[in-house]
Amino acid sequence: MTMTATLFDKLWQQHVVTPQSDDQPAVLYIDLHLIHEVTSPQAFGVLRERGLPVRRPDRTLATMDHSTPTSPVRTLADINVVGEAAAGQIRQMISNCREFGIELHGFDRDTRGIVHVIGPELGATQPGKTIVCGDSHTSTHGAFGALAFGIGTTEVGHVLATQCLLQRKPRSMAINVEGALPAGVSAKDLILAIIGKIGVDGGTGHVLEYRGNAIRALDMAGRMTVCNMSIEAGARAGLIGPDETTLDYLRGRPMAPTGAALNAAAEKWLALNTDDGAAFDREVTIDASVLAPMITFGTNPGMVVPVDAALPTRPADGIWDRALDYMQFEAGKPIQGKPVDVVFVGSCTNARLEDLHDAASVLRGRRVADGVRMLVVPGSQKIKEQAEQVGLHDVFLSAGAEWRESGCSMCLGMNGDTVGSGQLAISTSNRNFEGRQGKGARTVLASPATAAASAIAGAIADPRAYLERAS
Amino acid sequence: MKPFDSIRSHTAVLPRTDVDTDQIIPARFLTTTTREGLGESLFADWRYAPDGQPNPEFELNQPVHQSALVLVAGRNFGCGSSREHAPWSLVDYGFRVVISTEIADIFRSNSLKNGLLPIVVPDAIAQALLKGSCQVEIDLQSQHLRFDSATGPIEFHFEIDGFAKHCLLNGIDQLGFLLEQKPAIEAFEKTAHGTSTI
Repeated sequence: MTMTATLFDKLWQQHVVTPQSDDQPAVLYIDLHLIHEVTSPQAFGVLRERGLPVRRPDRTLATMDHSTPTSPVRTLADINVVGEAAAGQIRQMISNCREFGIELHGFDRDTRGIVHVIGPELGATQPGKTIVCGDSHTSTHGAFGALAFGIGTTEVGHVLATQCLLQRKPRSMAINVEGALPAGVSAKDLILAIIGKIGVDGGTGHVLEYRGNAIRALDMAGRMTVCNMSIEAGARAGLIGPDETTLDYLRGRPMAPTGAALNAAAEKWLALNTDDGAAFDREVTIDASVLAPMITFGTNPGMVVPVDAALPTRPADGIWDRALDYMQFEAGKPIQGKPVDVVFVGSCTNARLEDLHDAASVLRGRRVADGVRMLVVPGSQKIKEQAEQVGLHDVFLSAGAEWRESGCSMCLGMNGDTVGSGQLAISTSNRNFEGRQGKGARTVLASPATAAASAIAGAIADPRAYLERAS
Repeated sequence: MKPFDSIRSHTAVLPRTDVDTDQIIPARFLTTTTREGLGESLFADWRYAPDGQPNPEFELNQPVHQSALVLVAGRNFGCGSSREHAPWSLVDYGFRVVISTEIADIFRSNSLKNGLLPIVVPDAIAQALLKGSCQVEIDLQSQHLRFDSATGPIEFHFEIDGFAKHCLLNGIDQLGFLLEQKPAIEAFEKTAHGTSTI
């Protein structure tokens, strides 16, 4: 009998240093450790207390993104705009990397950006790797067929010191997405629909593998958007099997293998795909062809509806009532047409060049409505440069939007880019939690096209109307 | 890490579901570079009124929930961000145990590394506990949770990973264990898989 295995089984198996037993979790080897300024200082502190070095600085990729200003940083003094504590965290990161011999993609480098954007961009994210970071959106890197998940700061310390983690093997879940996404419906809409279907805890304890025609048809940016929000379904990680799209993306990236080494790696990577007949602990099927642009209406990403639909009327146990109360929305009423105060295009979910193109294609030749603040924050300095080379910044600036330096920015508002109390923001980020974008802020999550359409309308709008007119 | 043995305490009850780590501690408090003193920022946006005074309507501000060691919350507690500041703030505030019908993966893992015991209970037990503050006894060694419900005493045997239990009981942090794995890690790094850099 031939043993069949899933992509996840193979990734797991290849990284077990010591297998799990009843008494002990597996010791799992980590190929790539991404670190940033917010969740690493206390971990470096532990190393310092115990006199431990970083075991593999060469497998540690460091940048700064959460607390960083989105105004230009020409000298280090320019970081002070984010406030004393955040600036202190940035300075601490610089000194920690220097002390422990880690290369830092900081303000003096054109490679700085959101950690989950620059990993793939540099070619450091590759199929077959285990990748961790003290950030829950590490699931992004699963788009390459890498086992990638978020960890806490104690575990950041474990990886810095030993390049390993103690882990129990999670269960597996297939998300089969068949059919083709209709025009004007993006990867963001797809993942919001998936979370709506399985719920914000539907993936708890599981590694998701996204499969099917609709997933195969996505470019790498779309795949990263999908995997990025796996954590929003509670999942440990999200995965997509590597294919030609993956290889094409990696070709020519600075840290990716080249020539014969790439060919040899490609053969191994493609063999990682789930074997025919391999079993998952759970399976869910989604029909992509019936989806519409999606938008959240509540205070978690599972509270989501098609943008042209009315809000559901199901006060099951008061949870939705509380959420609608916070959002100042009414059950049974349409969400379209609700006035927005702020539009944010950015974050590790939707700040890649393709996302900026999507927003610009709606916005081109149009204006952001009066009284609406639109902030466009590219995912990395490289993306900013690439966008400027093709004039996307002109589209945003002439529409009246702000064009900023890269970083996490308004996704979580750590750097002073916040939404005011009571204001409604339409955001391409990943979390619509109460106050996530600023104390009292109300957030709806949507795709870059929906965000741009809403910026023009000054209210929540269906992007398909604008795309049709544009074509 | 403080060893965990058994505790008796009244409960603080937060009957809300999907309490995410942004609610447990909002991002603006994450600019710290230490782990101390975060209890003050626990549930900050729910706990304090705009003038900075305690919000009397927030469950944990009510006298009956004060100085409890055990927090009972609705389903899917700790979802969202991986910030370990969430368990740090809960522990600094004084909690030693969190009980829910479901606890998010990363939060659960972080809690176990900070002496905060996550206990997952079935819906019926959660419903009894969510009715209001009551006295509970928790014994980690025997994995028992006991309390008096309206319909009589309830005793529940909770699950916990054996290794995590061992670490909690003895106040052991897992880094020491991982450091002892050095020979196995070195051997792994000598395999084809382990030799490349980024």
